[in-house]
Amino acid sequence: MQHPIKIYLWIWLLLFVFSTFSYLVDFFRLQGYLRWTLIIIFMLLKAGFIVAIFMHMAWERLALKLAILVPPLALLVLVGLMAIEGDYTFVTRLQSFVHEVQKPSAHGGGHAAEEPAAEHP
Amino acid sequence: MSQDSSATLPAVPEGLQGVTADWSADKQAFPVPWGKAMMWIFLLSDTFIFSCFLISYMNVRMSTTTPWPNPSEVFSLTVFGTAVPLFLIAIMTMILITSSGTMAMAVNYGYRRDRTKTALLMFATALLGLSFVGMQAFEWSKLILEEGVRPWGNPMGAAQFGSAFFMITGFHGLHVSCGVIYLSVVATRVLNGFYERKGTYETVEVAGLYWHFVDLVWVFIFAFFYLW
Repeated sequence: MQHPIKIYLWIWLLLFVFSTFSYLVDFFRLQGYLRWTLIIIFMLLKAGFIVAIFMHMAWERLALKLAILVPPLALLVLVGLMAIEGDYTFVTRLQSFVHEVQKPSAHGGGHAAEEPAAEHP
Repeated sequence: MSQDSSATLPAVPEGLQGVTADWSADKQAFPVPWGKAMMWIFLLSDTFIFSCFLISYMNVRMSTTTPWPNPSEVFSLTVFGTAVPLFLIAIMTMILITSSGTMAMAVNYGYRRDRTKTALLMFATALLGLSFVGMQAFEWSKLILEEGVRPWGNPMGAAQFGSAFFMITGFHGLHVSCGVIYLSVVATRVLNGFYERKGTYETVEVAGLYWHFVDLVWVFIFAFFYLW
């Protein structure tokens, strides 16, 4: 496999540019969906160029490409499952913590900040 | 024809050598050197390990009721009197990308059988990797000694921050350190003509695959841990 050195320098430059862009996303404090979308786009572009050009995956035969690139897709299932699980744990924690906070105030010994508000409507 | 050549084949080995002979006797699926195929399969397994770390990080970050420490502030560094967010991390990212670039060129010169250039570029890659590990050591000591981050808690917010951080960046740092040793060994062998006598420089490409993977993992850590 003989490629001119030029192609590596180009990819190098591209990776620099994408890294700078994703750094700027943080620097300019973009928030919300715009931030997450940009971060993921730049991340996937960088990962794609590294795998395709630096790791020569673009010039491999399809059998090898499929053997290496398809199995990681199973991880998306794990991401989905763990996201549901994490959300469930979060909600459960919120419920039980709210419960813990309410319990002492029901017996009259709760938070000092909440008591006066209840007595002076 | 095939029967003729099988008659001249050496006797089937026994014992452990027999096991390797039997397992490698099947038809070759991938038309690449075995070292390359095995490295790809190792990297695939490593992908799953790193993914498990990152996914468990996602899970604890989603499920904690305490706010997550803002990485932009935690990893800011004061440069000339002003706090620059993620300053060290940005430099580390650039260094790793640069090392990936030098490695890709080393592989290219390896296939051109330019020993000196290949070895020099590989040593440059290893040196950049070493500086990356050095900066990571600096980052860790700053976080542990000055900010008081521990695997079980920290003053900035959710307790899980420390364990996720040390686990993920620690495992990546271990990979970089191993890569530095690996590259140094291969580069020394390039220089003393080991692969010239062997007749192929594919080992350089296999080492390159490992190194690019280390860079690849950092891309994901950078996005999900430092920028998210």
